[in-house]
Amino acid sequence: MSEERQVGIVLVSHSGPVALAVAELARGLAAGGVTAPVAAAGGTSAGGLGTSAELIAEAAREVDRGAGVALLADLGSAVLTVKSMLAEEGGLPEGAMLVDAPFVEGAVAALVTASMGGDLATVAAAATDAYGYRKV
Amino acid sequence: MLDTDFFRRWMAATAAAVEREAERLTGLDSAIGDADHGSNMRRGFGTVTAVLESESPATPGAVLVLAGRQLISTVGGASGPLYGTLLRRTGKALGESGEVSQGQLAEAFGAGVAAVARLGGAKAGDKTMLDALLPASRALADSAGAARDAARAGALGTVPLRARKGRASCLGEGSVGHQDPGAASAALLMEALAEAAGENGGDRA
Repeated sequence: MSEERQVGIVLVSHSGPVALAVAELARGLAAGGVTAPVAAAGGTSAGGLGTSAELIAEAAREVDRGAGVALLADLGSAVLTVKSMLAEEGGLPEGAMLVDAPFVEGAVAALVTASMGGDLATVAAAATDAYGYRKV
Repeated sequence: MLDTDFFRRWMAATAAAVEREAERLTGLDSAIGDADHGSNMRRGFGTVTAVLESESPATPGAVLVLAGRQLISTVGGASGPLYGTLLRRTGKALGESGEVSQGQLAEAFGAGVAAVARLGGAKAGDKTMLDALLPASRALADSAGAARDAARAGALGTVPLRARKGRASCLGEGSVGHQDPGAASAALLMEALAEAAGENGGDRA
């Protein structure tokens, strides 16, 4: 599995620090080799709380290696913005998809799976499966 | 017939209304949301006005598609993708004609409203912008003035509702008794449409 074909992960949060920290956490837990590309797109372009289509598009371009890009989003406008960008041709790279997953657990599962060379469907399935990790 | 200039006037009138009412929208949002609806909408429509001037789209559809794309990029909250989808889908449904009839606008706007409902997963009575947009869309077949009146009534009608979508839904019964800010801004969009159509009259809700 060449590194060039890995699935990229984009973490879209209302908060810049949350997106960065989750990306860092996922990288740490996925370590043990070269991890797949992951980028944070948190907060607005001005650094406030909210969602920025520009930051999302930039992050997706950054992690795109031609094998697809899995986007995970936290709340309301993050989810809606990604959905509306996917509906607009040219907004996101070819093969970008919004993954239905819990933000933190899903990010870890997605990055571990992408780093092992999983394709987009496998990465998305692993992230969605994280909904099943019950805590009590 | 409604020409490109009509649609530019609609967007400009919306920007002016949002600017004028931004504090009221934020006030409504501070009761049941995160208190940024007015500032988000003001930022979004402010840049819509600027981009329409710099790019000069040539058809009614192109005006709305450009405005919608701009809102998705710049608003920062959920109203960005929702209003962006509304305008973009309406614009796409208008096609590439240089002029459209009132009936074509009503039909295209209906497609835009349906796209908003799909995107947000909300329906009538959920205490969202759709409670103003759905009746406005039906009334638009008659006139822009009728759409404005229907949107105002729909926005006021959200006061007794319990929110079932968005941040306000976390409040449960606590959302009852407050007007939905998204429905209030949707009423401004329809007021601006009536203004662009020269169907002024009635006070500002």
